Amino acid sequence: MKIVLQNVTKRFPNRNKKIKEDVVAVSNFDFEIPDGKLIGLLGPSGCGKSTTLNMICGLEQPTEGRILFGEDDVTDLPPENRGVGMVFQSYALYPHMTVRQNIKFPLENRRGADRLSKEEMERMAKEAAELVQIEQLMDRKPGEMSGGQQQRVAIARALVKRPKVLLLDEPLSNLDARLRLQTREEIRRIQRETGITMVFVTHDQDEAMSISDMIVVMDAGVVQQIGKPQDVYDDPDNLFVAKFLGTPPINVFNGRVKDGSLYLGEEKILDTPSVGDGPVTVGIRPEGFDIDKEKGVLTCALRSIEVMGRDTSVVANHDAYVGDQLRAIIDSEKRPDENSKEVRFRIRPSKVFLFDPETGKRIRY
Amino acid sequence: MEKNNNKAWLYLLPSLIFLGIFMIYPLFDVMIYSVEEGYNFASQSFFGYGTYNFSYVLRDPYFLQALKNTFLLVIITVPISTGLALLISVLLNSITRLRDMFQTIFFLPYVTNTLAVGLVFMLLFKKTPYTDGFINMILHWFGMGPVDFIEGPYWAKMFVTCFYTIWIVMPFKILILTSALASVNPDYYKAARVDGTPRWRIFTRITLPMISPMIFYLVITGFIGAFKAYSDEVALFGTNLNAAGMNTIVGYVYDMLYGDSGGYPSYASAAALLLFAIVLTITCINLLISRKTVTYS
Repeated sequence: MKIVLQNVTKRFPNRNKKIKEDVVAVSNFDFEIPDGKLIGLLGPSGCGKSTTLNMICGLEQPTEGRILFGEDDVTDLPPENRGVGMVFQSYALYPHMTVRQNIKFPLENRRGADRLSKEEMERMAKEAAELVQIEQLMDRKPGEMSGGQQQRVAIARALVKRPKVLLLDEPLSNLDARLRLQTREEIRRIQRETGITMVFVTHDQDEAMSISDMIVVMDAGVVQQIGKPQDVYDDPDNLFVAKFLGTPPINVFNGRVKDGSLYLGEEKILDTPSVGDGPVTVGIRPEGFDIDKEKGVLTCALRSIEVMGRDTSVVANHDAYVGDQLRAIIDSEKRPDENSKEVRFRIRPSKVFLFDPETGKRIRY
Repeated sequence: MEKNNNKAWLYLLPSLIFLGIFMIYPLFDVMIYSVEEGYNFASQSFFGYGTYNFSYVLRDPYFLQALKNTFLLVIITVPISTGLALLISVLLNSITRLRDMFQTIFFLPYVTNTLAVGLVFMLLFKKTPYTDGFINMILHWFGMGPVDFIEGPYWAKMFVTCFYTIWIVMPFKILILTSALASVNPDYYKAARVDGTPRWRIFTRITLPMISPMIFYLVITGFIGAFKAYSDEVALFGTNLNAAGMNTIVGYVYDMLYGDSGGYPSYASAAALLLFAIVLTITCINLLISRKTVTYS
């Protein structure tokens, strides 16, 4: 089921009653989520991603705009008539019910013609449990299970009524690091097996990048960029997106364009013939640096070297750098001498992005 | 380790002394009194030991009346007050405007003196040569005859007593239940909404189990409180409860000790122990039932 958001806006009245102006949680969200894809809504906390999810779910009504599932306008439909399943950040498993009762709960709500027989419910619950591989835990209570198992039960409960869309709110945030890796693969597998459209919310860019077919980066209620994870990473539209994606984060410099060339401090880094003269904000990905003792264009003061096996992280400083220390990721075999005071880098042009220092908009060259 | 143990006992000593003097010693004393036959208060002497005191109390029509009154009071007021409190709490929880105001109003009876409330109830219900009282005025509008609630028929007096008791115990229950309801994670309700759960089913399958420990607590304390009722009856009917036919077990114990016909600590002790046995039994039954119905998450 494809989901279409048409200029969806959500405003809340301000908590502080003295301020008349509404809080805009989501502003003019316009996007078509293709059928059968896994979409990650990504952004810092308070950026409106959860509100967007709640509006798709039907728990919140948009102030303006329409929401379509396929061709059907569902804007005014309550959640139960939309055919959505939702997995909550807290899982919201009913603690007094066993796993079986929890999974069956949505089915037991059906009344009238949709009413299911006991055998049918049992069969569907078993099927959902098998999909998330918890068949052997059916008679346990949520309190007797680990976080990862609870997560699976929550997914099974959301999937048991065979929704057309599955929504997940921060699905991995309550899990430890190892389980997180495992569970995100699991979510990917379930999505592939069921072919269902999945939308999940996260503030963790690793999570979003690793399993999503597409990511939507949001900030302050406004969509910043939509695209395939690699495309968004390689070609950010603005400084916020560039900074938000990638670990370690992108290195930001205050640069200057003069006579068709980019300067950091006094050093000429790149030829940027199509960019007009003036100050620019420069972002260079950590993997955009190469050590070059002779021909390196960027000379930095070496702070320290952190070997991480295959890669080495070079921590250095440069006058034009914004912040404390820049970080370059290089091949461990080419790491510089630890005792040297200086390190010279060659820069890969494809990893350098220029931004307008005022608006943060990307300047292409 | 041994030294530490001694220190611990030393720290516990003050409270142990007070507990011993005012709680444990009287408890044993009551048991002893209850089996001393023919105890004379003036000479502090008695004939011998036996169960006569219990058989006397159990055959005393005043005690049987008190027993009946107490049981009626318990059976009527505990379910009604808990149910009403639950209803009011759920309604309070579902409104947003004026909630604080209503919460305050519902809590007012709790901070009001029992005797003051009794006075108000007298004004509402009492029939005097000059006025039939406020309630009778309302009854009159509906074409029903004046009823003397304070000195009239037994059912009328019982009605006032139950009404009064329910009104007195409700605020605390509402307070407990509203906080219990507010502490239920809203995600449960959201999840139920997404699954299209009907409201009644949300209430019975999610809300009630979630707050069941609190309901159970209120039922247990409600039972115990109602069994120990006394001051409410005094507030309504005055100190001569036997004459009014509205005595309670605790009232009977008091009368046996200090009332006009008092001076029988042995009978009082026997009655007190009977009450203890009843409360213990009921509480055990409650605990047994709760194992199946109450879920602690």
